[in-house]
Amino acid sequence: MMEYHDIIIIGGGPAGLAAAISAREAGAEDILILERDERPGGILNQCIHNGFGLHTFKEELTGPEYAERFITRAKELNIPIKLKTIAADISPEREVTYVNSEEGAVTVKAGAVILAMGCRERPRGALGLPGFRPAGVFTAGTAQRLMNIEGFAVGKEVVILGSGDIGLIMARRMTLEGAKVKVVAELMPYSGGLKRNIVQCLEDYGIPLKLSHTVTCIHGKERVTGVTISEVGADRRPIPGTEEYYSCDTLLLSCGLLPENELSKSAGVVLSRVTGGPEVTDSLETTVPGVFAAGNVLHVHDLVDFVSEEAARAGRKAAEYVKGGSTPEKFVEIKTAGGVRYTVPQRISPDTMDDKITLRFRVGDILKNKTLAVYFDGEPVRRVKKRIMAPGEMEELVLTKASFAEHPDVKEILVCAED
Amino acid sequence: MTQYDVVVIGAGVTGSAIARELARYKLKTLVLEKEEDVCSGTSKANSGIVHGGFDAKEGTMMARMNVRGAELIRKLHKTLDFTYRENGSMVLAFSEADLPGLEELKRRGEANGVTDLSILTGDEARKLEPALSDEVAGALLSPSAGIVCPFSMTIAFAENAADNGVEFSFLNAVKNIEKTGDGYKIEAEKGDIYTKTVVNAAGLYSDKINDMVSSRHFTIVPRRGEYVLMDREVGDLVSHTIFQLPTRLGKGVLVTPTAHGNLLVGPNAQDIDDKENTETTAEGIEDIKRRALLSVPTVPYNKTITGFAGLRAHEEHHDFILGEAEDAELFFNAAAIESPGLTSAPAIGEYMAGIIAGRLGAEKKESFIETRKGVPQVAKLSPKERAELIAKRPEYGTIVCRCESVSEGEILDAINRTLGAKSLDGIKRRVRQGMGRCQAGFCTPRAVELLARELGIAPEEVTKNRPGSELLIKEAE
Repeated sequence: MMEYHDIIIIGGGPAGLAAAISAREAGAEDILILERDERPGGILNQCIHNGFGLHTFKEELTGPEYAERFITRAKELNIPIKLKTIAADISPEREVTYVNSEEGAVTVKAGAVILAMGCRERPRGALGLPGFRPAGVFTAGTAQRLMNIEGFAVGKEVVILGSGDIGLIMARRMTLEGAKVKVVAELMPYSGGLKRNIVQCLEDYGIPLKLSHTVTCIHGKERVTGVTISEVGADRRPIPGTEEYYSCDTLLLSCGLLPENELSKSAGVVLSRVTGGPEVTDSLETTVPGVFAAGNVLHVHDLVDFVSEEAARAGRKAAEYVKGGSTPEKFVEIKTAGGVRYTVPQRISPDTMDDKITLRFRVGDILKNKTLAVYFDGEPVRRVKKRIMAPGEMEELVLTKASFAEHPDVKEILVCAED
Repeated sequence: MTQYDVVVIGAGVTGSAIARELARYKLKTLVLEKEEDVCSGTSKANSGIVHGGFDAKEGTMMARMNVRGAELIRKLHKTLDFTYRENGSMVLAFSEADLPGLEELKRRGEANGVTDLSILTGDEARKLEPALSDEVAGALLSPSAGIVCPFSMTIAFAENAADNGVEFSFLNAVKNIEKTGDGYKIEAEKGDIYTKTVVNAAGLYSDKINDMVSSRHFTIVPRRGEYVLMDREVGDLVSHTIFQLPTRLGKGVLVTPTAHGNLLVGPNAQDIDDKENTETTAEGIEDIKRRALLSVPTVPYNKTITGFAGLRAHEEHHDFILGEAEDAELFFNAAAIESPGLTSAPAIGEYMAGIIAGRLGAEKKESFIETRKGVPQVAKLSPKERAELIAKRPEYGTIVCRCESVSEGEILDAINRTLGAKSLDGIKRRVRQGMGRCQAGFCTPRAVELLARELGIAPEEVTKNRPGSELLIKEAE
């Protein structure tokens, strides 16, 4: 007889912990979290800078402090976590195979599964950066872990490619540790990170940010000795003649995060081509019944507070599902246009939705003085003026059940940015 | 003073294969390697193809070694437990005018002793490989061609050689060789070595080694080839290795699954001066990507996980230089080993060891251990076998590299077995830790920790590969 749990949560980071807590608070008794690391908290453990929790707790916490609040609550609720345990497979029937050193490989059945595996960083190879392959090229998150958890310095003279938030945070962190961060190069004409990080991590330390620039050669056979940086044109290709050499011993990469969905695929979950994460309903249920998703596995967030909020909803909905809920039959698809790249969720069930649903999304370019609009079958339902929107900052819109009551036969929802 | 019977210079696939075959004899053998590990030069960066044997001109050493090598690999991968798959290959022609070129390859293959070649129409080829371009007009099918993991094969040869008494010395580059009364004195990085015979398997540097002893000089030109490697998720885009018929426009690039199920595209061919220049270039990568699309228009480059370049040891006569140098007694060359060098390696090993043992009048050992077992690939075992193994050794249950499902136990094995890994790349080549889609982003810190602990060194002394490639600078205060 296969062991059974009401809810199995894959990942004990911010999303998994918040989902577990809210599932328990919604009445799910038998919950199990699988966490691959030796401690819960996920990536927050290496984020020793502050700025976490402003929305959730109305105070500024460090990553570990933010995680600790959820870990403590999960302990109070006696939610079991298997540490150093990796989920190896999930079947469409919600059979989860996990592996650890105490039990070997074990397959257990779940009433509901919540995917909370987070994301990974885009590595050097995927960026196609030409040159040698020496030591000293790190993704920003790997360097962050080596410094903040393992206690090592990774370099003295640093160039950073990509202006994602982790790269910006690391620019400051390494400067404070005595390294010289020479430049941050960003391929796009805008930053991929939060405005506040540009100010607090680069500008405050006099670190130049070169937009529309990229690394066109990595030098050094054993250890990085320098990089060539070139300006790129509107086609994002290097412009010959703009090459500039920077000597450095370290190249950090902060060029995008990729939701980690290999397990989701094994479960048969349909992934969005835009986010790289599962397509979900307003209940955060994926295309496989009883399999839910939340956090960076779903789409990459810039604030953990929103991860916690989203995951809490996934936990509550998963608890309802195992108490005899079912997947609704009727959904309205959300389409996007005018610079809005996607929304999460991608579809809404008007019959079973909560009173309010927050749509979260990103835009594909810097948009100034635009209006975010929601149309129900071509009829405007909601309009919000935005002075500026940027790809580095997640946007949101709230849809209410009342709007759906006014449009009982809505077939299609459109979210767009317009003049 | 230690006196060796044989010193093999170079622990690439050729040197390691020769060493393994020499280990059958009662000979005191040493392998000298300038890098910190086996399989660190040309052997580590190539297409990983076991060629069908139709490419090399009949009558050449290349043709002979290719056919025999492929035959040996089909058995050896079981005896020595390395990763090999007989996936078959196709050579594509893109126009009616090129079809005679396929016939010529078939004829050549048959002259080389390959019996299973056949010519397909474009439609027949697409039936076998639906991803092929509509432009394909015909194909030469070689069903017994295969793909091999070059790391695991080289390491298997070397480990088995070492288990049979062959000594290895790393970071020990040869600086000069002098003839002595009854053999040679090798001046190496770590001191002088005396030996009756020398085997030059120095790859890109085999011209330099030859020239130290022989006046019959030759020149090895590093011929760089660049590659793009894609995620295992798309490794089944094609099942055969897809070559292009060499035409006036160039030799063509291949699209192939690798022995581990990734998708590989490349290489180009640029003759360069620097024997260390394994740099990839934007132009080169773009060029191979574009040319591969002629064969398979849907190669998903957005699933790229890495790019790399390898250097072939090209010599102008384009044939292997195998045997005793004419003007230097008991100095043996196994030089100018370019494609199909990987396929040929076990045959070269057999051939060279036979000659050397004959010259020295060496007898075979009765104690030779024929087989070798690799590190268990725990994630590939059945759940029951996996559980049993973890019960015996819990470290096999702690996954360190999640992309490739490599456990702590496998990494410890890689470090602690015969000729164990001494660097992160050494671990990677033995058990694939860090070889996956995140390219060691998550598992580097843990691998550094394990390597430092097992080798008894400080974490900041851990290298990516050769000295100078340390990752960490110092402990942060």
